[in-house]
Amino acid sequence: MTEKKKAINPQKNPMSVQDPALRVKNFNEVALGYNEAAVIAEAGRCLQCKNMPCRQGCPVDIDISAFIKLAGEGDFAGAAKKIKEKNALPGVCGRVCPQENQCEKYCTLGKKHEPVAIGRIERFCADWEMANGTGSQEVAPPTGKKVAVVGSGPAGLTCAADLAKLGHRVTIFEALHIPGGVLMYGIPEFRLPKAIVQAEIDNLKKLGVEIQVNSVVGRFATIDELMQEEGFDAVFIGTGAGLPHFMRIPGENACGVYSANEFLTRTNLMKAYLFPDFDTPIRVGRKVAVLGGGNVAMDAARTALRLGAEESWIVYRRSKVEMPARQEEVSHAEEEGVRFKFLTSPTRILYNDDYWVTAMECLQYELGEPDESGRRRPVPIKGSEFILDVDTVVVAIGQGPNPLVPRTTKGLACTKRGNIVAETETGATSKPGVFAGGDVVTGAATVILAMGAGRTAANSIHNYLTGK
Amino acid sequence: MYRILKKDVLVPSINLFEIEAPKVAGKAEPGQFVILRVQEKGERIPLTIADFDRARGTITCVFQEVGKTTMELGTLNEGDYILDFVGPLGTPSHIELFGRVVCVGGGVGVAPVHPIARALKEAGNEVLGIIGARNKDLLFWEDKLRAACTELRLTTDDGSYMRKGFVTDLLKEAILEDGKIDLCLAIGPLPMMRAVCELTREYGIKTIVSLNTLMVDGTGMCGCCRVTVGGETRFACVDGPEFDGHQVDFAEMSRRSVIYKPQELLAREKYQQNNACRCTCKGGSCK
Ligand SMILES: Cc1cc2nc3c(=O)[nH]c(=O)nc-3n(C[C@H](O)[C@H](O)[C@H](O)COP(=O)(O)OP(=O)(O)OC[C@H]3O[C@@H](n4cnc5c(N)ncnc54)[C@H](O)[C@@H]3O)c2cc1C
Ligand SMILES: Cc1cc2nc3c(=O)[nH]c(=O)nc-3n(C[C@H](O)[C@H](O)[C@H](O)COP(=O)(O)OP(=O)(O)OC[C@H]3O[C@@H](n4cnc5c(N)ncnc54)[C@H](O)[C@@H]3O)c2cc1C
Ligand code: SF4
Ligand code: SF4
Ligand code: FES
Repeated sequence: MTEKKKAINPQKNPMSVQDPALRVKNFNEVALGYNEAAVIAEAGRCLQCKNMPCRQGCPVDIDISAFIKLAGEGDFAGAAKKIKEKNALPGVCGRVCPQENQCEKYCTLGKKHEPVAIGRIERFCADWEMANGTGSQEVAPPTGKKVAVVGSGPAGLTCAADLAKLGHRVTIFEALHIPGGVLMYGIPEFRLPKAIVQAEIDNLKKLGVEIQVNSVVGRFATIDELMQEEGFDAVFIGTGAGLPHFMRIPGENACGVYSANEFLTRTNLMKAYLFPDFDTPIRVGRKVAVLGGGNVAMDAARTALRLGAEESWIVYRRSKVEMPARQEEVSHAEEEGVRFKFLTSPTRILYNDDYWVTAMECLQYELGEPDESGRRRPVPIKGSEFILDVDTVVVAIGQGPNPLVPRTTKGLACTKRGNIVAETETGATSKPGVFAGGDVVTGAATVILAMGAGRTAANSIHNYLTGK
Repeated sequence: MYRILKKDVLVPSINLFEIEAPKVAGKAEPGQFVILRVQEKGERIPLTIADFDRARGTITCVFQEVGKTTMELGTLNEGDYILDFVGPLGTPSHIELFGRVVCVGGGVGVAPVHPIARALKEAGNEVLGIIGARNKDLLFWEDKLRAACTELRLTTDDGSYMRKGFVTDLLKEAILEDGKIDLCLAIGPLPMMRAVCELTREYGIKTIVSLNTLMVDGTGMCGCCRVTVGGETRFACVDGPEFDGHQVDFAEMSRRSVIYKPQELLAREKYQQNNACRCTCKGGSCK
């Protein structure tokens, strides 16, 4: 035999996780990440494909094979630097990207085996850098231009960081008392530790970005006023999709019915799981039904268990394969004891004389012909009503854009659904000097897409300000 | 951080703060509110803007100590800082020339009525103010309301000042006296607003109420503040807080406002144990 070909491990190197029985009793991070040996072993699985199919799956075009090579050589600083060329928040994306639909979906290895665990390697490098890195960043000399960034979710944070590095003076206006958007108020601590997001925000401050919390644009000032009276030369709008949708079924305003936003905001932003040490209360009954099948629904159902619910149900009107949630989160939820009712949709919420939820009436569905989205359309089965015994209902069927900024900004074109219209290639809106990106443009999407949009807009804003 | 420039204990357990918040003051209008947080572990609570001074950049709030957060707020003094203070939130009161308007304020609700009555009068309306409290000691701002309204009538539940009775008694008299009332505005405890609405409905007088639902963010993000108005779900923090009182489902609203009663009691007890009641009730009215 000549040179022996290295045998490929068909499976991803496992990542240690907290034991399900323990973790449903705490809010600590579930997935514990790789250690150095595991990350080097996992990087060793990468074939270093010349055509790099994985890269086309990454919305921000990270040079994946290059950073994996560096990681495999133990050069974690170099790997982190490589990732950061394209991704400002790798510690976040490594944790929450739906990799199975993005980079890992296109991995050559994935054709026969499990794909390379790109997200886990990315996460390790980011965490390593956070713990060991110097974090020094170059900032261009001041340009004298001022930019306002509205909203501090991943879109706004990325846009602000890029513009600050280019020498512009950036002020972020955030409605809540803590910056970070969904990363802080929505995604739970057990999936994305807030310290990671906070470190990114501290980093931004080091770049000279000013963050004004408690500042609702459209209330204390409009976009026009920011530009005309406060001297901002350009504005980026990254206000997200924070308006909760409800089912519009009877009983939805009963006590014990939450929007997922309220349920998660009380828990994450206000730390209601630490009540009464923290002042904001939350009430979780014994049996909780969460309506929806996305990441938001999984987060709510898993949060309910951690808050002490005995039963936590996901009620979803399609079947398991159609669920938009990340696979990893679905299996984590299953391990923790979340139960699923597929092909089921509620028709009304029942409540007692005190207006407290007592049960939910549901209807069973079957799958019919495919609809516009290509997924088979759920069709109700006549006479299949049944009662689900629950005392808390969390509605997680989606969010729309908050109308405050669109309503108060003259000349800003929006879609019928209220999303801001912005060019994909530039982020430019119908209003000169005003750019937008993230969920407010696309509707509820992903962290990495919001970041990508923030970065695209930062480039356009730079060109706009420097007359290119 | 937002500095308290002035503190005034109006009556036991009701305080006035004048707070330095230029960004809020620059845009504040009658009928709007703020949300504040006292300390790092604190809850976000809404308070109505009782007055504002754009030139000085200040907002005046009047609040009653009813639970943990408002008691803690009450321990702050001039020169102290409030951690978070955001606003102006909500839709401003609709001010135009209606004709003859009655503004009804009950309890701490007298404070938010003030800037609205003043604006209505400035817009040319004839404004009859009707204010009431449980007893004489709890009545405040008589002078300010007198200046803001064309005419002011007062009542106390126990008759310890002016006449004995509820604000609805005075309102009924006013209606019967000369009939024509073009608009009624009522701010106060939920049962009071509800009673006012029941009365004015009989006489077909359009009535605006300001709903103090539970809230978290105050920007339309959480839906905690939802109320049923005219059969539709509305968010009090952005669609309100003022609504047509005849359309409001008060039964639902009053149930929703006590969702956290057990937790609120727990928080208050724990706070009072740890602090031996330092609030400004001076021995008991908060209990
Ligand atoms: C519970 C939950 C779980 C999720 N899980 C995942 C996941 O696992 N993976 C993934 O990729 N994506 C996930 N997502 C989606 C992802 O978080 C979003 O797509 C992303 O955060 C959008 O970023 P953004 O910057 O556009 O907006 P946001 O993160 O929504 O931030 C917008 C910010 O703007 C502020 N704002 C709004 N209006 C104003 C105003 N008028 N003035 C000032 N500030 C304002 C808001 O307070 C907020 O802080 C999840 C979303 C939720 C809710
Ligand atoms: C738009 C708006 C404007 C308001 N303006 C004023 C004001 O100008 N002055 C003032 O004194 N109060 C005002 N309130 C009520 C104030 O927000 C509550 O008194 C406060 O949140 C109570 O907090 P706590 O922790 O002290 O008491 P908690 O322990 O939370 O509650 C104690 C009692 O107050 C009730 N309560 C709790 N939260 C609210 C709430 N958000 N609204 C109404 N009742 C509540 C509870 O049901 C309970 O009976 C307003 C509320 C809203 C929504
Ligand atoms: S940012 Fe997301 S999609 Fe891109 S390589 Fe990292 S995990 Fe994959
Ligand atoms: S496709 Fe997979 S194996 Fe090929 S370079 Fe990318 S990560 Fe490595
Ligand atoms: S308080 Fe959250 S939507 Fe009104």
